[in-house]
Amino acid sequence: MANTDIIIHDEKDNVGVVVIEKITPNQDCNCWIMENDKSAKIQSKSEIPLGHKIAMIDLKEGDTILKYGHDIGKVVKNINKGEHVHVHNVKTKKW
Amino acid sequence: MEIPKSFLGYKRENGRAGTRNHVIILPVDDISNACAEAVANNIKGTIALPHSYGRLQFGADLELHFRTMIGTGKNPNVAAVIVIGIEPKWTKRIVDAIAKTGKPVEGFSIEGVGDIDTIAKVSKKAQEFSMWASEKQRVECPISDLWISVKCGESDTTSGLASNPTVGNLMDKLEPLGVHLCFGETSELTGAETVCAKRGKTPEAQKKFMKTWSDYNDFILKEATNDLSESQPTAGNIAGGLTTIEEKAFGNFQKIGSRQFIDVLEPAEEPTKGKGLYFMDTSSAAAECVTLQAAGGFNIHLFPTGQGNIIGNPIEPVIKLTANPLTAKTMSEHIDVDVSKILSREMNLDQAGDELIKSTIKVANGRLTCAEALGHKEFVMTKLYRSA
Repeated sequence: MANTDIIIHDEKDNVGVVVIEKITPNQDCNCWIMENDKSAKIQSKSEIPLGHKIAMIDLKEGDTILKYGHDIGKVVKNINKGEHVHVHNVKTKKW
Repeated sequence: MEIPKSFLGYKRENGRAGTRNHVIILPVDDISNACAEAVANNIKGTIALPHSYGRLQFGADLELHFRTMIGTGKNPNVAAVIVIGIEPKWTKRIVDAIAKTGKPVEGFSIEGVGDIDTIAKVSKKAQEFSMWASEKQRVECPISDLWISVKCGESDTTSGLASNPTVGNLMDKLEPLGVHLCFGETSELTGAETVCAKRGKTPEAQKKFMKTWSDYNDFILKEATNDLSESQPTAGNIAGGLTTIEEKAFGNFQKIGSRQFIDVLEPAEEPTKGKGLYFMDTSSAAAECVTLQAAGGFNIHLFPTGQGNIIGNPIEPVIKLTANPLTAKTMSEHIDVDVSKILSREMNLDQAGDELIKSTIKVANGRLTCAEALGHKEFVMTKLYRSA
């Protein structure tokens, strides 16, 4: 089994979570989708530390971030596939 | 793994079982703390539970104060109780309610006596209680005598990926054996509230949950002066990769596995509808939440953390687990169970759940938790509003 760099909760999710100390730009990463035990690959565009999220597809302002298969917030600045997803480009829809 | 069917606990007069055998000195109010602490200093084997409130409270806030005081005294991890208040009336109300369990309890008031004579009088009674409790032996108790509360803190994305689902796995395995379970953190279910409500076993439980959540959310929206950034999620949550309250909520929610909850409890309310999972309306601040759950009668606590919350409780042992490999390494003295191998896929959830069950039984049998060994005994009353 190849080392897992990124874990994705649900097949519907458009973000994954980095589970190694960090990934560096242009790193070819192995992803594991927990829900269906499938694998995927992605090339990173940013440096992303442990526990932080990576965009699995291109995301536009106004798009919804899906994690656990559920809505966890809205994109407030366009995000390219492979880039870091966090408070600088995603906000809550609640408070 | 075959799940142990019993643990070694202290059987109490009312049939409940404790995982600990504390003699507590409980101040009714802030100004009785000094007296309580002096007595606990005099008499070995006793512990004072100082706190900040108990004067001029009224209405629902006062009721919660009493419920927390009384519930703490009634908790089966407590062998005997001394209550000290400035005046006799509120002191007696707490003593009388705790006495219904059948455990030794005695109240003292300071007005008209002064600290020094009160300390002398109380110390004599505390010595008697401490020596009496020291004779109690652990006996074999069925696993259904465990009342397990859960709450996570300083969460990060590893909490939702692994440590919270480990707790969920334990719940899925232990609920059929007849344990009581409790989760809370009303505000930290925001974003997952409709998904969580659907886990109510009855339409009444579902409705009650939505009302409880809406009331809390309305209060937050009314009092909020900004977008709550740095409060929810906290700076620690954000450093750990959590971006929004919704993301935090879905991670939080993993702690109940695939269980359904029977009822919604008021803060510090004791469940009365039998074994199974309950939701308690609590703050999401760690020490406030665990204090309320302990007052609800829960005798062992599971606390998943991501970035490394260090909380403990004076009467309910708090077992910490983390899936964050950096936290497991840099804060190892705080972590009872390391499940970080889930992230590297060297361990699966089923194995992690089994490890947590083993640790829970060990602690129930008397093994100190990291928080106990380090002296953490955060006892924090929840205050609903200003005093009169």
